[in-house]
Formats: sequence, structure tokens, C-alpha cells
Amino acid sequence: MAKIIVEVMLKPEILDPQGQAVGNALPRLGFTFATSVRQGKRFEIEMVGQPTDAQMADIHKAAETLLSNPVIETYLIKVEN
Amino acid sequence: MALDTVSIAQETPDTAQPYKELGLKDDEYLRIKSILGRRPTSSELAMYSVMWSEHCSYKSSKVHLKQFGEKAPHSDALLVGIGENAGVVDVGQGYAVTFKIESHNHPSFIEPYQGAATGVGGIVRDILTMGARPIAVMDPLRFGLADAPDTHRVLPGVIAGIGGYGNCLGLPNIGGEIVFDETYAGNPLVNALCVGVMRHEDIKLAKAHGTGNLVVLFGAKTGGDGIGGVSVLASETFNAAKPTKRPSVQVGDPFAEKVLIECCLEIFHEDLVVGIQDLGGAGLSCATSELASAGSGGMNIQLEKVPLRDPSLSPEEILMSESQERMCAIVEPEKIKRFMAICKKWDVTATVIGEVTDGLQLNITFNGQLIVDVPPRTVAHEGPVYNRPIAEPEYRKSLQPISSAVPRPTSPEEIKSAILKLMSSPNLADKSWVTSQYDKYVQGNTVLAQPEDAGVIRLDEVTNLGVAISTDANARWSYLDPYEGAKLALAESCRNIAVAGAKPLAVTNCLNFGSPEDPGVMWQFAETVRGLADICLELGLPVTGGNVSFYNQTGSVAILPTPVIGVLGVIQDVRERTPMGISREGLELFILGKFDDNLSGSEWAHLFGEIGDSSPVLDLAQEKSLINFLLAGQSLFDAAHDLSNGGLAAAISEMVLRHGIGAKITVESAGIQLFVETPGRVIVAVNTANAEAVVELAQTHGVEISSLGSTGGDALCINDSVIPILELRAAFEETFPKLFG
Repeated sequence: MAKIIVEVMLKPEILDPQGQAVGNALPRLGFTFATSVRQGKRFEIEMVGQPTDAQMADIHKAAETLLSNPVIETYLIKVEN
Repeated sequence: MALDTVSIAQETPDTAQPYKELGLKDDEYLRIKSILGRRPTSSELAMYSVMWSEHCSYKSSKVHLKQFGEKAPHSDALLVGIGENAGVVDVGQGYAVTFKIESHNHPSFIEPYQGAATGVGGIVRDILTMGARPIAVMDPLRFGLADAPDTHRVLPGVIAGIGGYGNCLGLPNIGGEIVFDETYAGNPLVNALCVGVMRHEDIKLAKAHGTGNLVVLFGAKTGGDGIGGVSVLASETFNAAKPTKRPSVQVGDPFAEKVLIECCLEIFHEDLVVGIQDLGGAGLSCATSELASAGSGGMNIQLEKVPLRDPSLSPEEILMSESQERMCAIVEPEKIKRFMAICKKWDVTATVIGEVTDGLQLNITFNGQLIVDVPPRTVAHEGPVYNRPIAEPEYRKSLQPISSAVPRPTSPEEIKSAILKLMSSPNLADKSWVTSQYDKYVQGNTVLAQPEDAGVIRLDEVTNLGVAISTDANARWSYLDPYEGAKLALAESCRNIAVAGAKPLAVTNCLNFGSPEDPGVMWQFAETVRGLADICLELGLPVTGGNVSFYNQTGSVAILPTPVIGVLGVIQDVRERTPMGISREGLELFILGKFDDNLSGSEWAHLFGEIGDSSPVLDLAQEKSLINFLLAGQSLFDAAHDLSNGGLAAAISEMVLRHGIGAKITVESAGIQLFVETPGRVIVAVNTANAEAVVELAQTHGVEISSLGSTGGDALCINDSVIPILELRAAFEETFPKLFG
């Protein structure tokens, strides 16, 4: 059984109001280590067996069409066993 | 990575510049050179290119739009006219109202959610800039066919974006339209209207006066939003190895805007600004050049002081950035401390980036080096003006009358199935799927909202003074005859205002067209403006401002000419407003106005793929009489509803469906009378005790009135055809959930 991890982030040049809000809240709560915060989302998709090449292509297609908005977001796919 | 300064530009006159990629024509580039007496620096080139774009300069439309000034009726109500961020009208009791409509079509096609959201944000800032508190928004929308795949990408995003941004701001969304037509596939129209209120003395203007006054940029930090086009400058001229191409998508942050609104209103309240301008299209380039141009002319800006979200931005990009939620104010030095204190209180970043000078040039430096040295008028107000070729389009010669393929139902069964077909068609079906995503009642001043004919908002809790706003367009009539189509749209909007019980006062418009380089499109545009200016003069309504959106075109197929007209009216006591729905049994129904048999442009014909050959012709005298009758009889009506899209069939169905109380009506020639959309007609529901008075009042005003039937029961009965409300409601309500889930 494999776990497909898809991480979706706003492209670096796109404004991220949520990340910005978290970034502004950190110092208010006494956490002074951060210079910038970007927030994204992570999908964990489970499947039986290892993905074939054709399935990997489908996963990329799903990431492009459903899981991310390629106009403003990028995605990263990892396979975990 | 050398900075292209004015002195470098003087020394290297022959450096090739990517002006074509920035959308400038050869002669426009030469004109910039002759204005400056040298080649522009890359920053200047960026500024001119974006300010001389169609969107900012109105270069194709200006020669026509000046009719709004030339034919302007005298109006005591007009406090601020065209040219400012939004027009302002006097609504009495010391209140002034400002309203405006703008397009955000292209961004909404690229990224529907953010495009529509930032459209709302932009128009709200325009209203705020006038000194007003924004109180409501409206969104007239046009999409491709409802079952087209791209509509399913664009529509849900647009609706969610409008709702997301407007709801976060706490602004009620009180009206608008949704229309589907195949010409909008690839060219959705997302128009956004905002209305705001202030006291007369609080009106603010976008002018930079007073030598030594400070230029303050406040609100969100500047990032690389919306500068996709300008990236050619940065990459080609300086640095080909930028990490990513700059996006053309701007992302809105409604919570930042909400804070900015409250911050601005407090600043206005203490009278701390000389002039103010929001940053929208063309960002700082637009704000600085317009403020300077409208004022005395001279301004120095130190660009390195602009707070950046992305430190890798080049000066050209900082000038072009369309980052949202930013404002630019002119503040007297002695008031700056208080100004900054208020910004600090609201946690709004504010930075002095320059000052007004006694010169005539707009000078921008970056770390001490002069990168822009231009006369601001040449950037902002004296851009190129084109008198583009105009030719009546060929299609008008091949228009055919409505054929016999469009059925004229007569039997009870035919009538019933026709009504169900019409009311379940996407253009007429229930829009709750959309409007329930918008907050209609936040702030507690909404008196009427969708699906009513007009949105009505209370301004004063004590006197109950209110305003009514309606937006309308009938693009099919405009396609058949743009001159009449524009007049009819405006008349319909006025009728919608009057039906609700308010007196029409002022007009705004958003003119959505194809490419101005197509003489046929330009003809449609010229005829539209001529029609609007004529009817505004005849009705005594000033145009307070508006927006032109060209290039809504895919290949050689332009959208239907779509002049969206917004009319603002005033109602002295909102408790007296007239709703559209039948709320009681036993009322008498009357129909006002005459009808003919021209089905051209009707929704019924559209359902069978026909558009016909001629639009109706506006009967202005009749329209005026009808409006006067509606205002005079306001207290006599239980309900009133305008006949528009879908004609009598749609109007009576909507009145019945509003509260689920049936009606029984009799029509002579059902096949025509139910579906024809002859303008200038209204249905009123009247208590029997008032019936005689209503008939008399109509006769006094010279308005044709005839009895239509009565209310009651649980069905809509048309002659011998019985349509149970449950069945009608199912047809009406299931379309949108089925289409868009």
C-alpha cells in the first residue's frame, strides 16, 4: 500500500493573506523567530500497491485539475510506502 | 542590473525598448519621445504603456463619451460629476450618495475567484475614496451557455469570489443579474457596483494641492500582483533570470480592506487629507500621475520608500504593481502625525513616499537616482485619443423576423408546458443558488434585495430615507439596435426603481463591448453612447460616471453589445416601498402599458435559437407617464412588478412564486401576449378597495390600464391552463442546483 502526498502551495509571488495573518500573530504571541510564513495544504491519498507510471500520470493530472489551481498554485507529489 | 535613469536615457537615445510587448503602437512610442524630448526610461515607458492602455486612457471611447458632458441635463442633485473616482448625488436631508459600476471581466476569466473578489474590492475603494462609507454592492454577470464546460469553471468561482469578498467586508449584496449567452463563452462579464453614503461636507476629491504637502501610501504592502505584462521590461531589459514570471493575478484580502475602510473613515472624519486616490489598475503609476495631474502638477516620489512584500521587485514593477487594498493620500505636514497615529491604531502600514512640489513635473527617484521625469498630464489625462473607424456591421443586413418555428402556444397544455420551459431556462430560473451565497441583509438596512426589481437600502434610521438601485441590460436588443437597446436598458432600470417606489435620480454605466478595432463593434459602441446620452437628457438624469470594457472578444466573435445601466433613485420613506410578490389572496391584478407582437430579442425566441430583426422602439412619453403614475400611486399598490425578460409569462410567474400565492389571469392572444417583451409595462396587485382609484390615476396619467385577473389559490391559472405552484416552483428552482450542484 502506498500513500501519495500532494502538497499545494501558493506560488511565491502570490499574496497569501492567511500566511501573512499567521506571520503577524507569531510575534504577538512571543514567537520571534519567524521572518515570513506561507501557508499551504497537504493531501494524503492512499492506494493499493505501488503506483504505475500511468497512475502517476493520473495523479499529476488530478493534482493539476482538482487539488491545485495552476494559475496561482504549485504542487509537489511524493510517494510514501 | 543597472537602473535606467533619466541621464542614462539621455545618453543612450538609441537603446531598443520593448514598447510593442507593452502594448504601445509605433506612433504612441514616438509621441512619448517627443513629449519627453528623449527616449523614455524603462520606468517611464512602463507608466505610459499602462496609463495609455485602453483600460486606463479610454482612448477609443473618449470621443464618444464626451456626449455625456455635452448633452448633460441640468441636475440640482449632482454634487460631483464624471471625472472623479465616482459621481456624487444629493439625496436630501444632508446626505450625499455615490455609486459606480466597473468591469473586472478579463481578470475573472483568468482566475474567477480572485478576479471577481478584487473586482468588488476595487469598486468599494472607489466609493470609499469619495469620502463615503460603502453600504451595498451589486453584481451584474454574464456567462457563456449554462451547460458549457467553461461556464462550470468560471461561474462558481466568480460567485464564490463575490460572496467571499463582499461577505467578509460586511456589505450586503442587494441585486444584479445573471445572463447566459454563447457569445460570453471565453468572455464572461463580471461587473461590480458599489454604493456609498456620506454627509455633503465629507466629499473628498482626488487632487494633490499645496506645495510641501506629503504623499502618503497606506494599506497593504506592495507585491508582484497583476504585473504580468510589465515583466517583459524587467526580464528583457535587466535581468533575464528572474525566479518566476510575475503573475497577472491579484489576490484580494477582504479583512485588510475592511480595516482600510474604517481607517479611512476615521481619517476623513478628522479632516486629515487634502486629496485621496485608491490604487487600482496601473497601481502607483495611476495614483501619482492622476493626483498630480488633477492638482497643481508637481510631485516628487521616492520610490525606494514604498514598503514591499517582495523585495526583489524592480522600480518598474513597483510602479505597475496592482497589489490590492492600498490608498494614496495627500496630507498637510502638520496633520501627518495624527494621520499616522490613526493608521497605527488600525494596524495599517502607512509611509510618506514623497511630497507635492511647486513644479510642473512628476519626478520619481529610486535611491536618489532620477528614473521618472514627466509632465503628469501627459500620462494621466492627455493620452492618445482615437477616432476609430465606424461602420454599421454586416449582420444587421441579414437579420430575419422571428419565424414560425418559434411556437405560439394556445391550448391549455401548450401554455402550461411553455411556462414551465421558460421558467426553468437558465436566464429566468431561480437564482437563489447564487444569491444565497451572498449576504443580503448584513448591517440591517436592506429593505429590498434580489429577486426584487430593485435593491433598496435605508440610509437614516430616524427619517427612513432610502435609496434604490437597479442594474439592467438587454444585450439582444442592443445587438438588434444599439441605439434603442441602450435607451431601453436605461428606461427599464428607471422603471425598476419606480416600481419599488423610488424616484430615479442619476445614472452610472458599464459598457461592455468587443474590440474597438472592429468598425462594427465601434459602431455599436457609438450608437449605444448616443442613445444613452439622448435618453439621459430627455429624462433629466445625469450620468455620474462609469466604465468602458473593450476587447471582450474571442477571435472575430465579439460579445453581444452589453451596456449595463445602473440607476439610483431616492425613496423618502422606505416603509412605503412596493415589493414584487403577491402577498395576499383576493387582490385585483392590472397590467399597465401597451403591447405589440414583436417577439424579436425575447427570451422565448432565444430558447428556440432566434433573435429576430428589430428591437422595440422606446416610447419615451409613455415611459415618463408610467414612472409618474407609479410614484403617484405608490400607496395604492400591494405589489408591483416590471415586465422584462420573459414578458408577462415570467413576470406573473415570479409574482406568484415569491410567496406561493396563486393568480388567475386572462389573456386574449396567449401565444404572443405571454411572451412578447414590449417595454413600458408593469403589473400591479391592488386591494379591491383601491382598484377604482388606481384605474382613475392611470387614466389621469395617460397610461393604458387593463384588468388582468386576481390573486389567490395554489396555482397559476392562465385562461384554461392550470399550473400548480408546486410544479412551477420545482421547474423554477431545480435548474441551478442541477447545473452547478
